[in-house]
Amino acid sequence: MNTRRDIEFSEEQQQLLEIAENFCRDKSPVAAVRTQIEVEDGFDTGIWKEMADLGWLGIAIPEEFGGSGLGMGEVVTIAEPLGRNLLATPFEATTLAAQLILDAGTDAQKSDWLPRIAEGSITALALSEEHGDWDLNHVTCEAVKNGDTLTLSGTKTLVTDAKRAEIILASVKLGGKTALVLIDRSALADSALTRETVIDETRRSFRISLDGVSVPAANVLNAAKTQSALARHHKLSCLLLSAEACGGTAACLNETLEYLTTRRQFDRFIGSYQSLKHTAVDILTGMEAARSFLYHAATVIEEEDGETAVRMAKAQSSEIFSWAGDRAIQFHGGFGFTYECDAQLYRRRAMWNTNQHGDAVYHRKRLAELLLD
Amino acid sequence: MSETLPDIEAFTEEVRDWVTKNKPGKQDFLLPQSFMEVGTDQQFEFLRDWQNKVYEAGYLGMSWPKEYGGRSMPQEYQDIASRELARQKTPFMVNTIGLNWAGPLILHMGSEEQKKAFIKKILSCEEIWCQGFSEPDHGSDLGNAQLKAERDGKDFICNGSKIWTSLGTYAKHMILLARTDPNTNSKYEGLTFFLNPMDIEGVDPVPIKKMTGEYGFCQTYFDNARISEDCIIGKEGEGWQVAMTTLMFERGATGGQAGGHSMMSTTIEEVIDLAKRTDRDGACSTEDPLIRDELVKLIMTSRAMGLNAARARIPALVSERPASIPMSGKLLGSEYAKKLGEVATSLQGANASYYVGDDNAIDGGRWPRGYLNAFSATIGGGTSQIQKNIIGERVLGLPKPPRTN
Ligand SMILES: Cc1cc2nc3c(=O)[nH]c(=O)nc-3n(C[C@H](O)[C@H](O)[C@H](O)COP(=O)(O)OP(=O)(O)OC[C@H]3O[C@@H](n4cnc5c(N)ncnc54)[C@H](O)[C@@H]3O)c2cc1C
Repeated sequence: MNTRRDIEFSEEQQQLLEIAENFCRDKSPVAAVRTQIEVEDGFDTGIWKEMADLGWLGIAIPEEFGGSGLGMGEVVTIAEPLGRNLLATPFEATTLAAQLILDAGTDAQKSDWLPRIAEGSITALALSEEHGDWDLNHVTCEAVKNGDTLTLSGTKTLVTDAKRAEIILASVKLGGKTALVLIDRSALADSALTRETVIDETRRSFRISLDGVSVPAANVLNAAKTQSALARHHKLSCLLLSAEACGGTAACLNETLEYLTTRRQFDRFIGSYQSLKHTAVDILTGMEAARSFLYHAATVIEEEDGETAVRMAKAQSSEIFSWAGDRAIQFHGGFGFTYECDAQLYRRRAMWNTNQHGDAVYHRKRLAELLLD
Repeated sequence: MSETLPDIEAFTEEVRDWVTKNKPGKQDFLLPQSFMEVGTDQQFEFLRDWQNKVYEAGYLGMSWPKEYGGRSMPQEYQDIASRELARQKTPFMVNTIGLNWAGPLILHMGSEEQKKAFIKKILSCEEIWCQGFSEPDHGSDLGNAQLKAERDGKDFICNGSKIWTSLGTYAKHMILLARTDPNTNSKYEGLTFFLNPMDIEGVDPVPIKKMTGEYGFCQTYFDNARISEDCIIGKEGEGWQVAMTTLMFERGATGGQAGGHSMMSTTIEEVIDLAKRTDRDGACSTEDPLIRDELVKLIMTSRAMGLNAARARIPALVSERPASIPMSGKLLGSEYAKKLGEVATSLQGANASYYVGDDNAIDGGRWPRGYLNAFSATIGGGTSQIQKNIIGERVLGLPKPPRTN
């Protein structure tokens, strides 16, 4: 009778979620997060290797290319605990790059690159530019074709983990149209990368100069499929960002609750004050909504409703993660203002997360078009 | 003895047909949206007859035991019938207190005599039930209820008053929380829960005018009203525990209700439809960017509640705080309904000022009236602020404020 699919959650997803929750909790306590902030690469290669060994980089890659042939619904169950424990790895970018190759790659590109990614080759996405516009077609970098070679120019920004990446997937204009190009990291001189200083200190972000970089013309993804691949990429990115935000909100709320139940002022626990208690409830209910949107989006992401579902997830999760982080700082008082207090980790992560692929206002505008016109 | 159960699909089909054929047409008076808004005899009689018709057709109390008037069928069948009744926007079941909390309570812990005496008439709507919890001086602080019930042999003599008694003038019975022992250490002791007859001498429900100008609830005065000890449900002095069990049924945190919907909810689709019929700056309201954003937020809230319910059915996705979604439903639903009414009204530009009774009022003035009436649910049944206290304390484990006396 009820044919609309709300939320489905398979045995497989349940197991993955449990494994990922335990893994992230063990590997990434806050102390480890803070250690990684001080480390050059920003993530633990040992952990990355274990994630690859667990098969997580190939979850949504078909078996014929070395993956396990599951879907984005399964990837979500990994992304949420990663977010919860602020475990910054190239997992999301690598996963998303594989999907772009899967969607728009030629047969040769798929069989050349996807098995490498499934095995754990770090892949970076170079899609942003200095203008900071979320529109994936707002691209000024260029590629000029000379026989079998493409010569690139321009600058990409906010490329995470570019330094350690083995593969970089960049957007450029080719013949006036947005094109996606695979760049072997060895084609880039180290001097082409400049480390950026970003709000979320768990991230390693780079600016990449493409000036003078050449790649084989065979590295351009199929032009006919690029637009649909980019549209799907936007949805999948929103899905994983929502997952990360839901996880982050849960941890942030718990961090706040810990303080509300132990800190006393005026001879009572501060959590007994309603302006704090009721706000905590608002964060809880906002988070529950975000998580329901998230798992609904994970269920229908590849269907017609997928876009509406995932935009709701992104709008809600961006907003609630930001609010949870904001209140976490405020509710810790003077200590909340310090670097030592973990509240800043969540607030700064939430800013990074919100600023990717559209904030709440951006998505509600798109939702209005989908729902009201 | 046991009949074979009807095939689910055939049953669904059957209910759908029945509802289509039997649902009442449009009335020439505005119907209330919940039992807390019934203000005229005309409204009441119409709703009573409708509930009776649904019961006689076999679509109410389906999972309640046959010997007391139900059909002893699996809950699933009732759920199908309830859904269909709601889907086709039929009027709500007016004996809400009987169906959803007094009835389940009696089935749960009442005596055999009580079950025999009350259950069937709750379903058939022959006997309306009301709730006597709140008092003029004690509302949110329900545990402090002070209406006096003094023992006199096998009877109790009651004095004091209850207030905001919905359906008070129509009710045959009241679930009543009264103080039988004023000298206890804790306010929660010394309370007793009665199934109190309304038609006895000394019980007087006096209607109170609501902010909308209509009637809907009463102050119920007790002046040396004599009730028998047989009216007690649970044990003397343990009324607080019984009241808490009742609230569990009331908040829908447990099953056991007779079924049928208890309010007519306005849907976001209706508000969008309204928006498309109103203008702003020479264009349709739905072209205004800020209105669009407001509508999208409401659509999201409405979807989130539905999706929360879906997620709550998957234990692996609610394992951290299983009580969170069920315990937040009342808060979110009532606040959303009020917001919906507010936004719907504000869409109407200058015409938002017309009210029920004026020919110019859009849709007969249902929107501003709906907004005002929506406070019934953000206040009644435990205010939104109290809901937040409860969620904060029980779900998030936050401390209660220190006790003061
Ligand atoms: C339409 C309607 C129908 C009703 N029907 C019935 C009925 O049939 N039977 C019945 O028994 N009762 C009924 N009620 C009563 C209802 O349950 C009470 O009104 C409600 O519990 C609040 O109690 P009060 O009115 O005494 O307000 P108060 O408790 O005095 O509250 C006043 C304000 O203070 C806030 N407040 C109080 N305590 C706290 C606290 N600890 N923390 C934060 N804020 C607090 C409240 O949220 C509210 O905003 C009905 C109410 C309405 C509006």
